[in-house]
Amino acid sequence: MLLIPCPYCGPRPEIEFVHGGEAHIARPPVPADVGIEDWTAFLYLRTNEKGVHAERWRHTHGCARFFNALRDTTTDQILATYKAGEARPGAAAVKA
Amino acid sequence: MQTFSALELFKQGLAGQSGWRPQWRRPEPKAAYDAVIVGGGGHGLGAAYYLAKQHGLRNIAVLEKGWLGGGNTGRNTTIIRSNYLFDESAALYDHAVKLWEGLSQELNYNVMFSQRGVMMMAHTVHDVQVFKRHVHANRCNGIDTEWLSPQEAKAFCPPLNIAANMRYPVLGASLQRRGGTARHDAVAWGYARAADALGVDILENCEVTAIRRNAVGAVEAVETTRGLIRTPKIGVSAAGHTSVVLGMAGVRMPLESYPLQALVSEPIKPVFPCVVMSNTIHAYISQSDKGELVIGAGTDAYTSYTQRGALHVTQHTLDAICELFPMFRRMRMLRNWGGIVDVTPDRSPIVGKTPVQGLYVNCGWGTGGFKATPGAGHTLAWTMAKDEPHPINAPFSLDRFRDGYLIDEAAAAAVAH
Repeated sequence: MLLIPCPYCGPRPEIEFVHGGEAHIARPPVPADVGIEDWTAFLYLRTNEKGVHAERWRHTHGCARFFNALRDTTTDQILATYKAGEARPGAAAVKA
Repeated sequence: MQTFSALELFKQGLAGQSGWRPQWRRPEPKAAYDAVIVGGGGHGLGAAYYLAKQHGLRNIAVLEKGWLGGGNTGRNTTIIRSNYLFDESAALYDHAVKLWEGLSQELNYNVMFSQRGVMMMAHTVHDVQVFKRHVHANRCNGIDTEWLSPQEAKAFCPPLNIAANMRYPVLGASLQRRGGTARHDAVAWGYARAADALGVDILENCEVTAIRRNAVGAVEAVETTRGLIRTPKIGVSAAGHTSVVLGMAGVRMPLESYPLQALVSEPIKPVFPCVVMSNTIHAYISQSDKGELVIGAGTDAYTSYTQRGALHVTQHTLDAICELFPMFRRMRMLRNWGGIVDVTPDRSPIVGKTPVQGLYVNCGWGTGGFKATPGAGHTLAWTMAKDEPHPINAPFSLDRFRDGYLIDEAAAAAVAH
């Protein structure tokens, strides 16, 4: 079980959280203006990164807020967590 | 190929069992092949076998980054069934079951296919309604599924607890008698041996590191840890690592890879006559011929490539097993492990062409690919040989996500995601 550092509540066990899929996939502001290929990419295509992966989590049984995490999918180690809306931390933050 | 038969066994017995030869060669990679399969699991080896046997492509290779059948082929709970809801899925999975039925004879290799029946338990009113719908849909498609009352279910599987005071009481079950199990390793080995006999090169410890494309975008070679291999056709059957391999050709896939766990108990005498699955409370159980209870758990919450998972996932499954089968409460578990399963948004596989010329894919089997091994290999081989979809895999194209023709088998896929 992962120990996940919620940016609002601190470290909590994984069972308090719900995984929210890949982070930083923005919904197109006007879907009607989006072509079929881009819409398919938005709905279905995922990076499925083997390595450092930016993903959303929701602390359902805590503060109930969404936040993002950087996790290495080859080790499951969480390298950083940050609030929703913030930019993905750079490589320096990951190493720290 | 050294054929297995009673006579051969007798002759080898007289010779002190000293005349058995390795079941497949260990060739060095050639500089070029007519086609290459990436992934030496049951699906990939099956595709290679059918390419050689039915389509006459003998100058082909299977590239496996580890050892044969060491991925999901060796990590699943070996359940075989075809009771899927939609016509497209019923056709695909029943195609596989029909191939399973003749596979030991076809390969001259005992894959220990045992049609002991697969029973899926219903615990809620919703389950009952959904399962009955599945039963009716299956029967319309010629698939032998039937509805059982709790008493009939207990008669079919005596260890089952049908007490009314369970947290999730058994309200009924759907049973596919043609369903069952097979020996997972034997499937990979049987296909490998038969493909090798037809001239297919099986290259273990050969990981693909890059895919080269020519000026018009078609594939022309794969770079591997054992050197460059030129080929005009690549079939990717890499399960959880499909996104990684397809990424080498610049193709983004509608896939996410999750760990799926399984475990086995200590071996005991035969007590469990069939396969029991329960989607609602996450329990999948059968008994292997060695005597171990083979138990399937759920997927973890997050995507990962670690081939392990969290303990609370298996614990949850064992809670359900102990409730459904109280006689197993004092059993000890011997081993547990994880496999990386590639899950599509509609829980149906992707088998067919990709936007890149010469690149074919067989993936997205998610939590239930073992049952489809012969069918997946067979239809992928067809598609690679003819460069067009087989009628059975045509609905399972990559384009269905763009075109909106999803085949939503989330209910039939059974493992909760």
